Amino acid sequence: MTAATGQLPEQVEGAGQDRERRRRRARASRGDSRLAWRLILPTIVLLVVVIGYPVVYAVVKSMQLDKADAGINPSTGFFEQGGKFVGLKYYRYWFNCNCPNGTNGHEFWPSVQTTLIFTVITVAFEVVLGTMMAMVMHRAFKGRAIVRAAILVPWAIPTAVTARLWEYMFQPHGVVNSVLGTNIIWTGSVWPARWTVMLGDIWKTTPFIALLVLAGLQVIPDELYESARVDGANALQRFTAITLPLVKPALLVAVLFRVLDVLRIFDLPYILTHGANQTTTLSILAVNELRSSQNAAAALSTITFVFIFLVAFVLVKVFSVNVVQTQARTVKA
Amino acid sequence: MTTATQTATTGAAALPTVRRRRRRRRVNMRAVWRTLGMVLIVVWCLAPFYWMLITSFRQVDFTYDNALYPKHVTFDNYKAIFKGSNHFGRALFNSIVIGVVVTLFAMIVGVTCAYAIARLHFRGKFAVLGLILAASMFPGVALVTPLFQFFTNIHWLGTYQALIIPDLSFALPLCVYVLASFFTQMPWELEQAAKVDGASPGQAFRMVILPLAAPGLFTAAILVFLSVWNEYLLASQLSNGNPNVAPVTYAIATFSGSDPRIVPYTSIMAAGVVVTIPLVLVVLLFQRRIVSGLTAGGVKG
Amino acid sequence: MHYRRLLAIVVAAVLTVGVAAGCSSSKSSGGGGRGPITFVTGKDTSGVWPAIASQWNAAHPSEKVTVKQQSDQADQQHDDIVQHMQAKDPGYDIVTVDVIWTAEFAAKGWLEPLTGQYSLDTSPMLAGPVKAATYNGKLFAAPFASDGGLLYYRKDLVPTAPTTWSELISDCAKKTSGMNCYGGQFSQYEGLTCNAVESIYGAGGEVVKSDGKTPNVDTPQAAEGLNFLVNGFKQGYIAKEAITYQEEPSREAFQSGKLMFLRNWPYVYAHLTGDANSQVKDKFGVAPLPGLNGLGTSTLGGHSAAISVYSKHKATAYDFVKFIETPDIQDNQFLKVGTLAPVIKAPYSDASAIAKFPYLPTLEKSIDTAIPRPVSPFYPAITQSIETNVYQALQGSLSTEQALKNIQAGITKATDG
Repeated sequence: MTAATGQLPEQVEGAGQDRERRRRRARASRGDSRLAWRLILPTIVLLVVVIGYPVVYAVVKSMQLDKADAGINPSTGFFEQGGKFVGLKYYRYWFNCNCPNGTNGHEFWPSVQTTLIFTVITVAFEVVLGTMMAMVMHRAFKGRAIVRAAILVPWAIPTAVTARLWEYMFQPHGVVNSVLGTNIIWTGSVWPARWTVMLGDIWKTTPFIALLVLAGLQVIPDELYESARVDGANALQRFTAITLPLVKPALLVAVLFRVLDVLRIFDLPYILTHGANQTTTLSILAVNELRSSQNAAAALSTITFVFIFLVAFVLVKVFSVNVVQTQARTVKA
Repeated sequence: MTTATQTATTGAAALPTVRRRRRRRRVNMRAVWRTLGMVLIVVWCLAPFYWMLITSFRQVDFTYDNALYPKHVTFDNYKAIFKGSNHFGRALFNSIVIGVVVTLFAMIVGVTCAYAIARLHFRGKFAVLGLILAASMFPGVALVTPLFQFFTNIHWLGTYQALIIPDLSFALPLCVYVLASFFTQMPWELEQAAKVDGASPGQAFRMVILPLAAPGLFTAAILVFLSVWNEYLLASQLSNGNPNVAPVTYAIATFSGSDPRIVPYTSIMAAGVVVTIPLVLVVLLFQRRIVSGLTAGGVKG
Repeated sequence: MHYRRLLAIVVAAVLTVGVAAGCSSSKSSGGGGRGPITFVTGKDTSGVWPAIASQWNAAHPSEKVTVKQQSDQADQQHDDIVQHMQAKDPGYDIVTVDVIWTAEFAAKGWLEPLTGQYSLDTSPMLAGPVKAATYNGKLFAAPFASDGGLLYYRKDLVPTAPTTWSELISDCAKKTSGMNCYGGQFSQYEGLTCNAVESIYGAGGEVVKSDGKTPNVDTPQAAEGLNFLVNGFKQGYIAKEAITYQEEPSREAFQSGKLMFLRNWPYVYAHLTGDANSQVKDKFGVAPLPGLNGLGTSTLGGHSAAISVYSKHKATAYDFVKFIETPDIQDNQFLKVGTLAPVIKAPYSDASAIAKFPYLPTLEKSIDTAIPRPVSPFYPAITQSIETNVYQALQGSLSTEQALKNIQAGITKATDG
């Protein structure tokens, strides 16, 4: 095995090896391509079928007149037939409603704001807390198993149960007020309600990030830390120069998926506050609209989809999330 | 500190004891911080669970009592959730079946896909990654109606397939991304070496890379399993209330008190405890695999 | 290259199927035949349906009824029925509809009107529930259980119940320390619509005109009605924490002796008398809701049974619907076993029933004079507008007048499409 000397393989290669590698790559790429597509196809087919079909369905429906908007036949009292092509009517409705307070159309921009606030705050907290948890769990010590099991508990409890638990704990005469000695009406005004929801989400999903960061920490070879220590680096320097860059791929995957999840969050705020006090997210708004006009809800889902796509795009660009970045590249720095 | 060890050989008898004391004090500080961190983490994670546990053993009539110690203790809640009309036992079984099937399927398909992405060179890699990620961008609430109608048309409503297939839609992207980010960190030179030694690419992958990627594999498996375990929206509609396939999240939502307006907190907490503890035990069993690390794999050998 | 072509074919197939599904096809609309039926209801918390079903099945072995229970959350029951109806599922023969869903489902053409061969004799029934199940002049569902709002009061502190709001407020001077005056359901959900609408009716206001469509809530009477609640929070005769109250927390407050007057549904009675932690066992009474210048009006709760147009065994379904309206079932099952309020008048004069449920005469009056919430196909949007604006008015972020203006505009927008 080549790594027996303890030196990094990359340090051994020179420029000549690079050229050889490139030549080999070109020859292999055609064979690679065929193999790659064979391996990727099952995943893509499944995703296209399970997600692609509803997306197309939603887009098509969003451009048809909903039965509930077709007016009521005065003699039968029934809704007229829907289905007529109406183009971007529903999209204009969401972006530009001028609807009175209390209607779904009025809630579009507030719910965009609420969704973004939830995303930024919860993900920020989860990253910090999750990384700290992972660092603590990483080294061998007595009771490590218990800590690891404890960390999984919030994630293992079904979301609906967590939401009910939070609802129950944060009642005006609930246990939180009794332990803290306060009288805060948690779900009675905007920011307390928002913090209750965010706290629930942070408690529940920090383990997700902790687990991924922990697994990322596991693949960092100890010798990197040793050589850094020999060179005189202190704990903080070791963290920023070795840990962070090498854990970055795992951490960024965790952040990416967490962001995508929170942007679509539904269960927790719906059960906890029912969307009141400006905790209505885009998904809750879509479900509310579903009861009035299905096709308007389909348009909202499509808008949400595009919105999330844009956010993810920005995230990937800004943080240069590169799933295929190798250890070699980061260590060279 | 290194200077201290270097002078060890030349120091007088008194120096070693000073050094030992200094080292012990340093080690103790780190251990203290670590223990403090451990305790804080355990308290943060388990405090609400403790409250859940206490409530699950409390009599329904005293649901709103805030005593922090067990009071008005009863086993009635646990008996109630296993009552026939709740189909809770069957729901647990269903959740496990669905979770295991989705996880297995997602891992197999995900590993092959992640291997291709991490290891092979082909055009359109970023488009593929984007497409896979895009599957996680569509709001779950919008999947319900089209999938419901589709499964009704092919008479698959209320079957295991109707629950497994949609769950794969969010399990796969997660799986592929987590595994791909791990596979790119693997020392591929070892795979090359194995191929040089005569192994086929498949064998090289299976016997060299996979064991090293064990932490990533187990992490992905746990994350996928728990995501499926937690899923409620699609499961509630696509199971059509059929107790033979409905998972535990749906069963808990059908618990009720003596009136529809009553939220049966004590029963829900009992169900939460029943659902969580086996999961934690299973993870405890496998937790060493999660953090086996490279030392077990033998990069240094 | 093979694989890219294969992928392209799959994508094209999905697109085609998706577009085709988007343009929905029409299916046959069921048949009037006889045979086994499925009865869909929310979670059977009162335990009445097993006995009713087995009684029917014993007498009709070839037309057995299977009771399918949904979850106990009203939202999920509603959405479940919507999904099945949109998919034109013949598997749901009779569905239980909450009173507020009847118009919506009827207008979407999902419910078989109970006229002609399916007509129902409504003369033995109370007026309120029948009104709630009637849309566009036709009966679309058969009410089988009802519900009305009641005032629970501490008779040890206030011997006679107040009949007007000003009496109620002055009676509160007699409360002991640590108690709050009045409680209802004020969280942002359907229960708030019930409370708000009752207050508006109690001052002589209305939400929609008698045509059931035109909003008329921006009136001085409605403002006076709503102000009973708004001033409650401002002046303190409603506790600040009541903004989070749903039925259960408000019951808990009254049950632990911390509330003088409670507006709630009849189900609370059994808990106040029977629960182990009840502090008010023999200290409370039940009365009709007070209003501005005299007794107020309750709004209507309850459920009806509706026949799906997609059912293939409508004749059997119709017979089952008639079966659950018979005095025997209404009295002995719904009332005595399920403690649900019957919709026919007969059980309310049953002496043994009154002995068991002393609030029965008050409840009958409450239901008979109840005014339903707006019977409209646009009810989800209407209740959303009422909930949101009233909630903000109670919090103090909107004035009563502005809230009512918003509700008026919201209902106009909803009914205009």
